Amino acid sequence: MKQFVIFVKKEWLHIWRDRRTLFILLFMPIIQIVLYGFALTNEVKNSRIAVFDQSRDEATRAITGEIGASRYFNLVKNVYSYQGVEATFRKGEIRLAVVFPRGFRYDLLHGNHAQVQLIADASDPNTANTLTNYASSIINNYQQTLQPAATLPYTIKTQVRMLYNPELKGAYNFVPGVMALVLMLVCAMMTSIAIVKEKEMGTMEVILVSPLKPFRIIIAKTIPYLLVSMVNIASILLLSVYALDVPITGNLGLLIAESIVFTITSLSVGILISNTAKTQQTAMFTSMMSLFLPTLLFSGFMFPIENMPAPLRVISNLVPAKWYFIIVKDVMIKGLGFTAVWRETLILVSMTAVLLGVSIYKFKIRLI
Amino acid sequence: MKAITAENIVKSYPAKKTAVYALNNVSFAVDQGEIFGLIGPDGAGKTSLFRILTTLLLADTGKATVDGFDVINDYQNIRNRIGYMPGRFSLYQDLSVQENLEFFATIFNTSIQENYALIKEIYEQIEPFKTRRAGQLSGGMKQKLALCCALIHKPSVLFLDEPTTGVDAVSRKEFWEMLYRLKAQGITIMVATPYMDEAGRCDRVALIQKGKLLSVDTPNGITGAFNKPLWSVSANNMFGLMNDLKKDPAVESCFPFGQVHHVVFKGRENGRAKLDEIVGRGNYNQVTIKAIKPNIEDCFMALMRE
Repeated sequence: MKQFVIFVKKEWLHIWRDRRTLFILLFMPIIQIVLYGFALTNEVKNSRIAVFDQSRDEATRAITGEIGASRYFNLVKNVYSYQGVEATFRKGEIRLAVVFPRGFRYDLLHGNHAQVQLIADASDPNTANTLTNYASSIINNYQQTLQPAATLPYTIKTQVRMLYNPELKGAYNFVPGVMALVLMLVCAMMTSIAIVKEKEMGTMEVILVSPLKPFRIIIAKTIPYLLVSMVNIASILLLSVYALDVPITGNLGLLIAESIVFTITSLSVGILISNTAKTQQTAMFTSMMSLFLPTLLFSGFMFPIENMPAPLRVISNLVPAKWYFIIVKDVMIKGLGFTAVWRETLILVSMTAVLLGVSIYKFKIRLI
Repeated sequence: MKAITAENIVKSYPAKKTAVYALNNVSFAVDQGEIFGLIGPDGAGKTSLFRILTTLLLADTGKATVDGFDVINDYQNIRNRIGYMPGRFSLYQDLSVQENLEFFATIFNTSIQENYALIKEIYEQIEPFKTRRAGQLSGGMKQKLALCCALIHKPSVLFLDEPTTGVDAVSRKEFWEMLYRLKAQGITIMVATPYMDEAGRCDRVALIQKGKLLSVDTPNGITGAFNKPLWSVSANNMFGLMNDLKKDPAVESCFPFGQVHHVVFKGRENGRAKLDEIVGRGNYNQVTIKAIKPNIEDCFMALMRE
């Protein structure tokens, strides 16, 4: 036990005395959360649009006003010809154009039938779809205000309720994903250099020729980094709540406990990398390159896993971040308790056990 | 029981096309309480042999034991009881002198107090700097600290891989005095060094070259086996003299050795007369010719040629 304690203390001194690295380890997650939190989003907000209004009557002005007032659109230009519309699109100034024909209100009131054209830049199909849907629904709303009392004999009214995220904020989906991504990268990177550093410095040679067992070396190496990671968990949660406006609906204690479990899994991934890498640089690159993309792709927050082909869906199960993403969404956003996430937790715990087991088994008790 | 035994150790490293033999059929034994020197130039295989004996490397073939334990099957027992100081400074540079010592004492389940007597004389020299980080110590201090760390658990066998390389002459002398004190405590010491002059300080030495042991004997035994007269020659033009000596068919070998040349003849002829003749042919002043006793380096050179 004394052996173990002094090893942990030694590891802690390595971290504590390397102030620059410690600074990076503590600030990197903060910067990443802010960066990814604001940059990684597929929400449509403030899209630039133009209006070509040939009618210029009460109705078109009202619709234009509604569209311009919505937070999805930002009316940047009035154009006066179809050529103008096309030119503005070509310059890339707008994503969507609304075209009202001549005599819009007249047609609407007297012919009971008016047309409005939505022209969207479909080079990005998803955004084009979203934008036309938003615009259509604003126009439909206006139509309903025209005849509030009208009662049709048979109507089906769809009642939509957006659970857990009534405002449809993208951050509710992204923040858990970013938390998973950042924790994974930072934790794995920290430990990935831990063992290989001893190999590089030659100190491995001396600690191998001692009564120390691989099991103890590996566990002792993860503990100080777990402490650093706890600080990171705290800063990530604080930023999520106060900077990215995602409230913690569920039990904070449970969320922290689950985060610690995931942190240990990530640290174990790093340890495994460190075990096999030959130099610190290789270890760093492996942990950055081999973890960033799979975490981004397969955790489910960027691309829905259900839409992937079967082999990729199977692979996604091996990505720890996927399970943590599910847990955080359940606990943080939906406010569910442990009974809802015990399966995911169990998966993370088993992954950790396997990773540590393989690390201990693969630990080289000799040089080369 | 022998402290260290090695039988037919072979170790090769894969090279581009063929394997390079770092150790080729090495056998020797070290007695308890002996200072055993492994003398050889860089790349002779000293470190490979040390790593095999300290259980850090596996030999291709051959058997070795340390303190009666097999280096492959009983490796943990060996690791628990030996002290090992690698050739490269291998302590934690960002830990202070005291922290390093405490760390190594604790991982061997002991404490500094328990074995302080063993390291006292060495540690006292570095104690003024005990709060300094190991990375900031001078070369000699680093070696002293490394020795302390290798000794703190009172090992039964101590392996020192080039402990005096890069250390000044005074510290080297001190270092050897420490080794004698450790020997007096009953610790078996195996030490590797590229310096031939340190061979005489060992109880027995093994001369190693290109993975082969040339000879294993006491320093006197090795020099005693040098069975030809050895001459030391010097003159004003040492370079010309070297060329003249090497040209003469009767000369077997001629090496520059500090201020003089060491010369050995092939046959058993009268060396003195022959040397006078060679020197006389050239135009040399201040000529000194002396019959001398061979040292380890002369023996090493001679053994290398065989």
